[in-house]
Amino acid sequence: MRQDHLVAAGQLSRADVERVLDRAAEFDAALGSGESLPARYPETVLALCFYEPSTRTKMSFETAMKRLGGDVVDMGSVDASSVKKGESLADTVRVIEGYGDGIVLRHPREGAARMASEFVDVPVVNAGDGAGQHPSQTLLDLYTIREAAGLDDLTIGIVGDLKYGRTVHSLATALTEFDAHMHFVSPESLRLPRSVRFDLHEAGAQVREHTELDDVLPELDVLYVTRIQRERFPDEDEYQKVAGEFQIDGDTLDAAGDDLTVMHPLPRVDEIAPEIDDTDYANYFEQAHNGVPVRMALLDLLLSNHE
Amino acid sequence: MSDHELRVSKIRDGTVLDHLPGGSALHVLALLGIDGSEGTGVSVAMNVPSDRMGTKDVVKVEERELSQAEVDVLSLIAPRATVNIVQEYAVIEKKRVERPESVAGVLACPNSSCITNADEPVTTRFDVLDDGLRCSYCEEIIREGIADHLDVG
Repeated sequence: MRQDHLVAAGQLSRADVERVLDRAAEFDAALGSGESLPARYPETVLALCFYEPSTRTKMSFETAMKRLGGDVVDMGSVDASSVKKGESLADTVRVIEGYGDGIVLRHPREGAARMASEFVDVPVVNAGDGAGQHPSQTLLDLYTIREAAGLDDLTIGIVGDLKYGRTVHSLATALTEFDAHMHFVSPESLRLPRSVRFDLHEAGAQVREHTELDDVLPELDVLYVTRIQRERFPDEDEYQKVAGEFQIDGDTLDAAGDDLTVMHPLPRVDEIAPEIDDTDYANYFEQAHNGVPVRMALLDLLLSNHE
Repeated sequence: MSDHELRVSKIRDGTVLDHLPGGSALHVLALLGIDGSEGTGVSVAMNVPSDRMGTKDVVKVEERELSQAEVDVLSLIAPRATVNIVQEYAVIEKKRVERPESVAGVLACPNSSCITNADEPVTTRFDVLDDGLRCSYCEEIIREGIADHLDVG
């Protein structure tokens, strides 16, 4: 990967993705074997700037940096930081650049990470920008898909909030680099936004859209389920119209192929019934665990570029 | 010169923008950052008959020669515009607008959640597509009503 920053999935070529995933597989094997990893970045400090809540992304970046021998500094909650005093993001990242060797940024506004990357010299990773992109999640999604089903000749169904779902936007864009058949299943009001649709069209992706999961479920290798994100809706009434629209339970999956892999970026609310958790279909906790080796690989590549 | 173009008089030195879409002249002036405060002459003819366009607008800006980069921004709202640079009442150079690869600082992003609409020290920037514009920050695409998003001066 030649870039200094990772702000959007569209930056990633197939070779970039494969390089991260191959490196992640090495870390994964080392972590799984219980052997102690050499401290590759003992002097490195990663700055975590999360303007929105996070569990998995933040903790897995923290774990990844520590497993690489480095450490983290955490801006903490927005309420307890100078953001509360009205500090701009541009100022905040320029200050934090002096504390860390890289910045992981989550922000409620689309384009925040790209803007931040223009103000600093250290690598910036977009850990979610509003309803925009979440490219590091995409890398761990692709890792999980590659392990479970392979990335070529893949048929994937992506279900739920396609309009506001940043994991969906990044994943769909990245899959255009592979031989994937993409089926998008959502209520009419939550279809993919125009910008993602444009990218898929430009890439010549094989895409179909549906409003019913039954139309496509039997064909799928992977079912990627997303939460309808209440916090992104400008209007509560609009949210209520579509809340609970797609709920996956044992009955739903009667029509699925035996080898189907069910994924979810988590957190879930009621999209996947707990009864699925113990079946062979469920892969979402494994997916979350993959965040550590994949983010180790991403940090390794970005930090080594920057040395 | 046709009678229609004589609605505004010849200028000695400056730039004549012709074949602007009817009704677009004020947007054109806004895009160019011309509001009359410079103290030099600006003539505007709006919705004059045109054989080629039905109606068109014409703008004459005195004592200012617009650069190619400046006129290229006009392609966003006046893709068929012609630009004549005038010295001593004579046209010394004709330019056509060409679509630039990107434009900065002339449009506001219509996405209210875009970082460029927060109180940040950042200039808007759009990549120019074949049939629209794309925000370089949030990736929002604008296809219709580009003039509605002008944010200049």
